[in-house]
Amino acid sequence: MYGWLWHRLPGPAGVRALILTVAALAVLAACFLWVFPAVAPFMPFNETTVGE
Amino acid sequence: MSSETTTEPPAPTRREQRAAGRSRARDVFYGVVGVIGELLITLGVLLFAFLLWQLWWTDVVGNHAQAEIVAELPFEPVPTATPSAGAPVGPVIAPPRRDEPPVMAEPPHATTFATMQVPRWVGEPERPISQGTDRATVLDVLGVGHYEGTAMPGGLGNFAVAGHRTTYAKPFNRVEELQVGDPLILKTTDNVWYVYRVTSTQIVPPSAIDVIAPVPGDPGAVPTERMITLTTCHPMYSAQERFIVHGVLDYWAPTSDGIPAELAGGA
Repeated sequence: MYGWLWHRLPGPAGVRALILTVAALAVLAACFLWVFPAVAPFMPFNETTVGE
Repeated sequence: MSSETTTEPPAPTRREQRAAGRSRARDVFYGVVGVIGELLITLGVLLFAFLLWQLWWTDVVGNHAQAEIVAELPFEPVPTATPSAGAPVGPVIAPPRRDEPPVMAEPPHATTFATMQVPRWVGEPERPISQGTDRATVLDVLGVGHYEGTAMPGGLGNFAVAGHRTTYAKPFNRVEELQVGDPLILKTTDNVWYVYRVTSTQIVPPSAIDVIAPVPGDPGAVPTERMITLTTCHPMYSAQERFIVHGVLDYWAPTSDGIPAELAGGA
């Protein structure tokens, strides 16, 4: 999967590594901003109130 | 036997085909295993990122947001002593008042109406208290939440609040450090201090709703005391039980009189 991606990317190794790093950071940012906040309410360890 | 030899292609060609097919199948197999492996590694990295987000980033965002909320509350300035009379410069200590305290009406949902300071939790910031106890609009974003329908600060009955003990700025992280007699200091947007003192702590199952009853543990009773109750999760990082702190009002004071002695820094 990642090998295939590596071969499909243009440019020398340095450019490819840069593109992959930026892509990984973008994925991480999307997770922090949207994915994790959406998933968190389903996690079973953060209830603080009584009586539900 | 004889018919078989005539219908089948020559033996070497078939062996070659079989060998080629086998190696192709092996390529596909290892390809699939490789992709599954990479997906699992990716999933592991994402799970680690989720932990980082939940255990660290929600605190960073929460502390920043809650500090801003507290800074924007419309408090009147607290008087400071004038240096003229030879008295030490510094905050004025408000004389405790134990007459009938003013009690504000319940504000609309998700409105911040007070702050809480706990001298025992040295280093912890002043936390905002807002109306409501659902996570999406209050506890995860505004800090401490007031159980709707329970008493307001200073009121007869039970001023009950919930807060996170881990994650989302964890306002009640150090709840287990509280000891009987410790002050819990509230300041409302009506500019009144309410100083409560811890009377007991307990650990209950999540269903124990009577801890926030007007008389804790006795849901039907008519309250005669002005209580405070904090609820948070227990043990940490779990939703198995709830840690409960009960307290009772010691005194109140208008903020124009000064600050509570308990806040005057080690005094």
